[in-house]
Amino acid sequence: MSDLRELYQQVILDHNKNPRNFHEMADASRKVEGYNPLCGDHYTIFVKFDDGTIRDVSFTGSGCAISKASASVMSSTVKGKTAEEAQSLFDTFHRLVTGDMSGLSAADLGRLAAFSGVSEFPARVKCATLAWHTLRTALDGQEDKVTTE
Amino acid sequence: MTTANPARQASEALIDVAELPPSALCAPPSRYDVAKIREDFPILRRTARGKHLVYLDNAATTQKPQAMIDRIVRYYAEENSNVHRGVHYLSEVATMEYENARGKVCRFLNARSEKEIVFTRGTTESINLVAQSWGRANVREGDQILITAIEHHSNIVPWQLLCDEKRATLRVIPVNDAGELRIDSLETLLNPKVKLLAVGHASNALGTINPIRKIVEMAHANGTLVLVDGAQGVPHMKVDVQALGCDFYAFSGHKVYGPTGIGVLYGREALLDAMPPWQGGGDMILSVSFEKTTWNALPYKFEAGTPNIEGVVALAASLDYVSSLGLDNIAAHEQDLLHYATARLLEIDGLRIIGTAREKASVISFVLEGVHPHDIGTIVDQHGIAIRTGHHCAQPLMLRFNVPATGRASFGLYNTKEEADALVAALRNVIEVFR
Repeated sequence: MSDLRELYQQVILDHNKNPRNFHEMADASRKVEGYNPLCGDHYTIFVKFDDGTIRDVSFTGSGCAISKASASVMSSTVKGKTAEEAQSLFDTFHRLVTGDMSGLSAADLGRLAAFSGVSEFPARVKCATLAWHTLRTALDGQEDKVTTE
Repeated sequence: MTTANPARQASEALIDVAELPPSALCAPPSRYDVAKIREDFPILRRTARGKHLVYLDNAATTQKPQAMIDRIVRYYAEENSNVHRGVHYLSEVATMEYENARGKVCRFLNARSEKEIVFTRGTTESINLVAQSWGRANVREGDQILITAIEHHSNIVPWQLLCDEKRATLRVIPVNDAGELRIDSLETLLNPKVKLLAVGHASNALGTINPIRKIVEMAHANGTLVLVDGAQGVPHMKVDVQALGCDFYAFSGHKVYGPTGIGVLYGREALLDAMPPWQGGGDMILSVSFEKTTWNALPYKFEAGTPNIEGVVALAASLDYVSSLGLDNIAAHEQDLLHYATARLLEIDGLRIIGTAREKASVISFVLEGVHPHDIGTIVDQHGIAIRTGHHCAQPLMLRFNVPATGRASFGLYNTKEEADALVAALRNVIEVFR
């Protein structure tokens, strides 16, 4: 059961219950839907993107605790970052949740460290990365819908 | 394999029936010994996540009895050959076993003739066969196909494809809040344009058992054919296609303790006979020339190519197995479990059961307040308990009940009340984690 506590850390439970930046954004410059058909996780990510910098991020939607907490933490982590910095954070996050920790330090991880337990649950990696995939699509400005299937 | 012992037979013959207690003569139904039945399923001995495996995902697929596993081994060790082709010994053996299996399926469903039993890859392929072969020949622009609001995607999408191609219309019979078919709506939806009604015998997502005889009666009075998706019917109850009166009945081997990749389509002979082939190849032809090909007789017309021989003979072994336990005994055991588990689950604060039909198969779909089903699935899995979480290949149904997904515990012939208790305990742990 210790794996369970690792997965559902207090930070995750807290962000699930009280998600940050959980609202629509009327003046968003990008708006992209993310969908995981396997479990029905469904979010819309709003981004205010200006001069190569993420000025603001918010999201709406519903899904499991892992996906919602991840969207919440992501939204507060990437605010003020450039697209490149956000991409680099996503790479770090992806390595964390897939168990590839080589060369990662606590400083690199910051608040993302709460998701370290996900690597023990391969079926949940998609939940954890859904919001990040959606953000990347928003920053690329290509599609308006992504799925993690 | 046991060989007969002549000495034992002789001594048994000496028993005077007058000395036996009356109960032995009346042969009351044997007690359903679930502990002994579990021994027939080797996988139930294993652990999952370091715990005893509690397998409650039987609506997805069932576990396999040793008799079926042995049958597959015996086929490849002693009988493997292609069927309906060679004149050599092994081909005769394999063909005989293959056709004997068809006979067993025929008797299992109480079909009139073995010509009415077509082997397919599964329920999905059986439904697609009817949609593509019967549908393409008989459905025209402006016609209608009826399905219900609680169908599995496999009984929705083949009809959508057909309707798109033929410019026909797919219409949906609604269900009430309990998940029961609205018979009054069926009455109004039936009209001369409705060529076929496709309905699940039992819902994989809610458990609802549909009143097939009543539906068939109403449809036939309207000149509408009825296809029954029996994937969740055959494992849970005795199915008699003549008594049901349906025109087509489809089921999968793997949901009735048989192998994956094998299924059955039952079709009334006159209908199958008039239907064009749907796949071309070997075995389904009588003669081939570059100018003209003539089709083989039923049921071979619909079995193109070398079939899944291993799957067919192993399916027959599974049907033998469930028949030896008795479908009525299995149904009684599962109903007992269903009622017990339903009552135990409802003791949990914040738990709501989706699908409360009066007639239900042993399937319980539920949601827990404040916890997404996917999180429930992960946590109970840590207790060694396998349940399904998600939309159960029935997305329109999730929309109907306004839930993104549900958790689903589905009970099979080997499940126990202790396993239902284990699920309840694990769900209490879910609540603790999320408190």
